[in-house]
Amino acid sequence: MADTNFDVVVVGGGPAGYVTAIRAAQLKMKVAVVEKQHLGGICLNWGCIPTKALLRSAEIYHYMNHADAFGLSAKGVDFDLQKVVQRSRAVSKQLNGGVGHLLKKNKVPVIDGEAKLNGPGKLKVTKDGKPVAELTAKHIILATGARARSLPGLEPDGKLVWTYMEALVPDIMPKSMLVIGSGAIGIEFASFFKTMGAEVTVVEVMPQILPVEDEEIAAHARKRFEKQGMKIISGAKVTGLKKAANSVTVSVEDSKGKSSEITVDRVISAVGVVGNIEGLGLETTKVKTDRGCIVADAFSRTDEPGIYAIGDVAGPPMLAHKAEHEGVICIEKIAGLPDVHPMDKSKIPGCTYCHPQVASVGMTEKKAKEAGHSVKVGRFPFMGNGKAIALGEPEGLVKTVFDAKTGELLGAHMVGAEVTEMIQGFVVAMGLETTEEDLMHTVFPHPTLSEMMHESVLDAYGRVIHM
Amino acid sequence: MPVNILMPALSPTMTEGTLAKWLMKEGDQVSSGDVIAEIETDKATMEVEAVDEGTLGKIVVAEGSEGVAVNAVIAVLLEEGEDASAIGDAPAAAPAPAAAPPAEPAPAAPVAAPAPAPAPAPEPAAAPAPAAPQAASGGRIFASPLARRMAAQAGLDLAALTGSGPKGRIVKSDIEAAIAGGSGKAAAAPAPAATPSAAPAAAAPAAAGPSAKETADLLGMEYEQEPLSGMRRTIAKRLTESKQTVPHFYLTIDCQVDELLKVRKELNSRSDDYKVSVNDFVIRAAAIALKKVPAANASFDPDGMMYYKHADISVAVATPSGLITPIIKAAEGKGLATISNEMKDLAVRARDGKLKPEEYQGGTFSVSNLGMFGVKEFAAIINPPQGCILAVGAGEQRPVVKDGALAVATVMSCTLSVDHRVVDGAVGAEFLAAFKKLIEDPITMLL
Repeated sequence: MADTNFDVVVVGGGPAGYVTAIRAAQLKMKVAVVEKQHLGGICLNWGCIPTKALLRSAEIYHYMNHADAFGLSAKGVDFDLQKVVQRSRAVSKQLNGGVGHLLKKNKVPVIDGEAKLNGPGKLKVTKDGKPVAELTAKHIILATGARARSLPGLEPDGKLVWTYMEALVPDIMPKSMLVIGSGAIGIEFASFFKTMGAEVTVVEVMPQILPVEDEEIAAHARKRFEKQGMKIISGAKVTGLKKAANSVTVSVEDSKGKSSEITVDRVISAVGVVGNIEGLGLETTKVKTDRGCIVADAFSRTDEPGIYAIGDVAGPPMLAHKAEHEGVICIEKIAGLPDVHPMDKSKIPGCTYCHPQVASVGMTEKKAKEAGHSVKVGRFPFMGNGKAIALGEPEGLVKTVFDAKTGELLGAHMVGAEVTEMIQGFVVAMGLETTEEDLMHTVFPHPTLSEMMHESVLDAYGRVIHM
Repeated sequence: MPVNILMPALSPTMTEGTLAKWLMKEGDQVSSGDVIAEIETDKATMEVEAVDEGTLGKIVVAEGSEGVAVNAVIAVLLEEGEDASAIGDAPAAAPAPAAAPPAEPAPAAPVAAPAPAPAPAPEPAAAPAPAAPQAASGGRIFASPLARRMAAQAGLDLAALTGSGPKGRIVKSDIEAAIAGGSGKAAAAPAPAATPSAAPAAAAPAAAGPSAKETADLLGMEYEQEPLSGMRRTIAKRLTESKQTVPHFYLTIDCQVDELLKVRKELNSRSDDYKVSVNDFVIRAAAIALKKVPAANASFDPDGMMYYKHADISVAVATPSGLITPIIKAAEGKGLATISNEMKDLAVRARDGKLKPEEYQGGTFSVSNLGMFGVKEFAAIINPPQGCILAVGAGEQRPVVKDGALAVATVMSCTLSVDHRVVDGAVGAEFLAAFKKLIEDPITMLL
């Protein structure tokens, strides 16, 4: 080990960590990354990216099964689960190599091992219990991410009860499965396995699936899932699991306290994630934690000067794009750049890649009203959009929420084909503080799905054209 | 296309008015020449006639609305065959009558008045306004669309705000902070005066009735016309506003200055480092008098009287392109030599047009001295938002009565113009008495 003294050491090479390290290098700081397993973190290796690869296979499989509708014929449509999984792993591997390359290009050394704080400014790195290095740094940035939460009695075992880890590399295609939790992770896996032919049941403790999304959008998505044959039990909780040799019997208690039992091949537990705060040596510092996450301020500073926390381990929303942006703000503040502004967490978009896709930014209609806004709400259905009809995707909705007084775009919520690629338009609009007037004066290209964004804005002000 | 009916300018100086009454209602047929509404200004009530014909599709500004900016959309006229649903575009483009944001013609470099914005910020001394995010060319204020609308709705003047967004852009949170902190309020005077369309009217505010040019042309008089400079426009606009909206009254006092001239001569003979002028004594005496009578160091603001902590004395300086008022800041704490040297530097740079905005924006009291031209006495126009201006005449030998006998003394007449909204007669008189005492016994102002 050549160098052990750095300006900045980033602990964790996920989206928060590697992006921050690259930005630090750009700012001419001497920086290193410590990573214990995979560059790219969960996102790239066990989350965002490999699931998108699986869902792409599912999507194409879905189209093949519906080739008729497009005047095409596909006979003997089938899939090889292992090849689907292999493709997903190959995608992750390619990107994982890419991150390594990017760090190398920016001359950021990657130290292979587990880092542990040894008081402020000091880190001990070990690999398989053996010491690798002792590092000192003026600034230590903790970006250790999060992992699947497990509920007592429902602990994943990796065989019958999966987390996202096992669900990403299934050894068999289950004939039936039950997903606990209908957040983004749960719904994406439910959607994948449903499309691939499994009988899927989703159990959600809240009355609404996709609980953070707008009520109307979630209800629309739910209707579509149910039409595909997915069984959704909301306002219900899983009270127990009975495991047999190759099946699990799940006890579900509904909102009225009535219990029932469902027997499935596999269970996926997707009940949220918790920060990786253990084994970091936080006790040797003044760093505080709260509900499984490190407490940090708007510039990611912890209670210990010189120690920062970014990404999932610094708390929700636990999203890769939030993590990256948080890291950049953190390091730019450390570098003393002028005009560094804290992130506005109310303007972070969220995307769920189920079929249909769901995407949103800002306040739901309900939240906006609770916050005291008098609102104007616009809606535009996919059915009114030429491109959607041409794509064979006539179902979906674009919803916009404005403050009635100021015309501020408070939130945008979408469900339907490709909405995850469209939400960015509204994110930019919100970031620049545009009002309905600017959006109305924006030219949206024809024919695109994005025209629905325009129409939704027009609808909020009673000026919709194609409806 | 629906036709917008705009708030008319009933005189060249009018920037806003009250929509007193609608004489027609939505849906009524309108012919060209029909009287559709009554508009009130501070001077008169006048009728608005329709120029086009059609159906009155939508009344945008309700009757009884005050402060409706000239050229704001007040109603929408539908042409034959159009129905109300066609209205959409027209009024949406210019929503609130108070919306004036995009192109504040912030006056270029030197300006006659302490606050360059058309609507003067009432706290010039407290908040250093020059940080407003304006392009150096004096044009555009960078603000998000949402911030612009919120500012218009809250009656805030963007030019008085400091932006915290990227590159000083004014964003929502700045407006919220301004509303919470009560700063950046546009003065009672019309904020919307500076819409581009209203600018020509503001440019020639002095001419009520037929313009000078119309008259001269009509009578075949010979003249040369020079385009208005930014400074000239500002002088015209602000002083018209002041004389029309600020209730002035005037107090004159005679000061005997023989003693002062003697002290001045003696001081100047002792060192070459300074050469104190009579005006420097006047500045110092005014500053100390303001300290003694703080009620005169004040501005009127609709939200409450503003009493300034320092006597920042704006001193009128004539320059080739017009009048400008550089400031001796916190003059109450500055000695004669300091004031004298500062004043010389400011005056030179004022004539070269090289003053920085903060050097001429935000005084609390003005001094204008025409004594060097032999003017015996005059009454100056208040420089808003200040409360007072002191007009200083020539020190000349006049007969005076001393101890019951006629004698000759050097007498300087000073006239204080006072904004009666903020300073009453007795306070003004008290200030002048304190001023006179200092001028006549100049040793006391050396303390």
